Amino acid sequence: MSETKATDIRDQAGERYKYGFVTEIETERAPKGLSEEVVRFISAKKGEPEWLLDWRLAAFRRWQAMSEPKWARVHYPPIDFQNAYYYAAPKGKKARYESLDDVDPELLKTYEKLGIPLQEQKMLAGVAVDAVFDSVSIATTFREKLAEAGVIFCPISEAVHKCPEIVKQYLGSVVPPTDNFYATLNSAVYSDGSFVYIPPGVRCPMELSTYFRINEAETGQFERTLIIADKGSYVSYLEGCTAPMRSEHQLHAAVVELVALEDAEIKYSTVQNWYPGDAEGRGGIYNFVTKRGQCRGARSKISWTQVETGSAITWKYPSCVLMGEGSVGEFYSIAIVNNRQQADTGTKMVHLGKGTRSRIISKGISAGHADNTYRGLVSVHPKASGARNFTQCDSLLIGPDCGAHTVPYIESRNPSAQIEHEATTSKISEDELFYCMSRGLDAESAVALIVNGFVRDVLQQLPMEFAVEAQKLVAISLEGAVG
Amino acid sequence: MLEIENLHVAVGGKAILNGIGLRLNAGEIHAVMGPNGSGKSTLSYVLAGRDGYEVTEGDIRFEGESLLGLAPDARAAKGLFLALQYPIEIPGVTTMNFLRTTTNAVRKARGMAELDAPSFLRLVRERAKKLNVPDEMLKRALNVGFSGGEKKRAEILQMSLLEPKLAILDETDSGLDIDALKLVAEGVNAWMGPERAALVITHYQRLLKHIVPSHVHVLAGGRIVRSGGPELAEELERVGYDGVAA
Repeated sequence: MSETKATDIRDQAGERYKYGFVTEIETERAPKGLSEEVVRFISAKKGEPEWLLDWRLAAFRRWQAMSEPKWARVHYPPIDFQNAYYYAAPKGKKARYESLDDVDPELLKTYEKLGIPLQEQKMLAGVAVDAVFDSVSIATTFREKLAEAGVIFCPISEAVHKCPEIVKQYLGSVVPPTDNFYATLNSAVYSDGSFVYIPPGVRCPMELSTYFRINEAETGQFERTLIIADKGSYVSYLEGCTAPMRSEHQLHAAVVELVALEDAEIKYSTVQNWYPGDAEGRGGIYNFVTKRGQCRGARSKISWTQVETGSAITWKYPSCVLMGEGSVGEFYSIAIVNNRQQADTGTKMVHLGKGTRSRIISKGISAGHADNTYRGLVSVHPKASGARNFTQCDSLLIGPDCGAHTVPYIESRNPSAQIEHEATTSKISEDELFYCMSRGLDAESAVALIVNGFVRDVLQQLPMEFAVEAQKLVAISLEGAVG
Repeated sequence: MLEIENLHVAVGGKAILNGIGLRLNAGEIHAVMGPNGSGKSTLSYVLAGRDGYEVTEGDIRFEGESLLGLAPDARAAKGLFLALQYPIEIPGVTTMNFLRTTTNAVRKARGMAELDAPSFLRLVRERAKKLNVPDEMLKRALNVGFSGGEKKRAEILQMSLLEPKLAILDETDSGLDIDALKLVAEGVNAWMGPERAALVITHYQRLLKHIVPSHVHVLAGGRIVRSGGPELAEELERVGYDGVAA
C-alpha cells in the first residue's frame, strides 16, 4: 500500500499545500446521502443512548424544514446534500480504539507526516492531542497525566458513555440544535470531536489540542466539540485542520460549544488550514462552522484566536455570550484569502451582564481574486450597564483584483455602554515592497514579512508552540500573490 | 566597479535623466550634488532597480555586468545598497527581525551560511553600539515613530550588516543635527575600504566635510554638468548651483 498517491489536481495546485496527500486506507462508510437511516446508522456506530438518538432525529427533522442561509458575502453553486457521505471511518478491529496498538500503522504515519506524532516517545511535549480522522477519533495522548489533574479530555463519542450527565447537561446548551441550518445539520449527523471538562479550581497542566483530518473523498466532516471550564479553572485549547487536495468541494460543518463558569477562563485557538482549492477555485473545503461560548459565571473569560488560511469558503463567527457580571470576551482573528478563496468571518459579542467587556481585533488579508468580509455584531442588552467594547478591523489588500469588506453591526440598548470601532483598509505600498526588496528580500519574502508585521498583534495571542508555525503558514498561503 | 553610460531614464513617460555618464572605481567616494528637481533621487532609485523608473537608453554596469532587468533584491545580493532619504515604516516588524531576515537573505544569496540567532545577536549588538543604536530601538517596529536621526542611523546599521560593495547614500544628511551627522559619517567611513565604493547624493556640502569625496559631480537638468575633485564642492558652497552650472 503506497503511503501517498499523487492526484491529477496536485500538479495544478503546485507544492504550496503540503498537507494535500491522501492516506490509502480501507474505510467503512455510511450509505451515501442523508436520511433518518443514516442518522440511526451513525448513532448505532457510536453505541449511543436512546436520548441522544432522539436528539439527533429531532434535529434532522427540523433541518429538513430549514433552508441555507444566504446573507453571507460568499458565492457557490447549490450543495447537493444527498451526494455526500456523512460517516467514514478507517476499518479497524474495533469500533473504538482502546490503545495505539489498535490503530492502523498507516494512520500513525499520516499523523507523523502532518507533524503530530501520536506515539508516546515522540509526542509533542506539553501538548495533549486528540486526533480525529474523518468521522472518528484515533487517539488521545497524555490522558493519564490529565486524569491525575482531574481533567477529562476524550472523544465526545466516549464522553457520552463516560460522563453522560455532563454531556446531557451541556450538549446543545450553547448552540441549540435549532440554531442555524449548518448547526442543525451537525446536530443530526455529528460523528466525533473532542470533549473537555476542567474541574473547579484546576489549571489544566498542558495545552489541549485536537487535530482534524478529512481524508475520504465525497465525505463531509461534522465534528462537535464541547468544552466546560468549571469554577475558577483555566484551559488553553487549540485545533488544527488539514485535508487532501481533491477536485470536488467537501463540506465541513462543525459546532463548538464553550461554557465558562464563575472565574473560569477558556482560551480557544484555531489554526485552520483546510485545502483551499486550486488557483482557479476548483476543489477545497466549505468550512461552515458555528462556534459559540457562554461566559455564564461572574468574571469568567472566553478568548477566541483564529488563524484562517485554508478552505475554499469560510463562514464562521466564533462568538461570546457574556452573561456573568464582569465577564470578558475576546476575539482575535487573522483571515487570509488568496486565489479564489472567500471568507465571511467575524464574531458576535453579546453583552448581557453588568460590566461585561469585549475586545475584537480582526486582520483580514486579501490577495489574488479573493474576497474577505469581516462581519461582526456587538450587542449590549438593557441590563448590561457599564458594558464596554473595543473593535479594530484592519484589512490589507495585495493586488488589484481582490476585495475587503467590513460589516459591523452595533446594537446598544443601555445608555452607559461604551462601544469603540476602528477600521482601516490599506494596500501593501510600492514603497514598502521596494524598501524590503532593496534589502535583499525577494518579492514573496517581502510580502510575507510585511504581512507578518500586519498580523503581529493577533499572532502574539497564540500559544507559543503554535505561533511560529502560524507565522510560516501566513507566508505559505500568500505564495504566488505577487507577480 | 560602477559604470553608468549615457543613462536616460523616464518616470511615467517623462524624461528625468538625459544621458548620465559616471565611472566609479573601488576605493573611491563620489559625491553627486544638485539642486532640487535635478534628478538626484531618480538616479538613486534607478541604480537600486525600483519599478517605474524606465531606462530608455544607455546602461548601468556593476563589476562589468549590466544591472538592467535585475530586481532590487538581485542587486542587493550583488552588493548594492541604497540608504533612502525617507526610510519606509514597516509596522509590526521589529527592527531586529527585519535586520536578521534581510541579513540572512543576502548572505544566502551570496552563498554564505545564514547566521543563527545568537551569532546574529552578537553581530548586531556590536554594530549597533558603534552607531549609538540602543537595544530598545531594535525592539521597535522598523522606522515607526523613529526620529529623523534614528531613521538614518537605522539605515547605516542596515548597511553595515548587509556589507555591500557599493553604497548609495541619498540625502543621508537631511534631517540630521550635527552630532547625528557625525555619527552617521563615522559609520560610513568605518565601513569604507579599498574594495568598496560610495556614491553620496546630497544637496548641501556639509556632509562632505565628514565623508570626504574623491570626486564631485554636479547634476542639473538630468545631466552631469561638471565634474571635479573635492574643491568643486567648496566652489558650489561659494557660488551656488547657478554659478557652477552656468
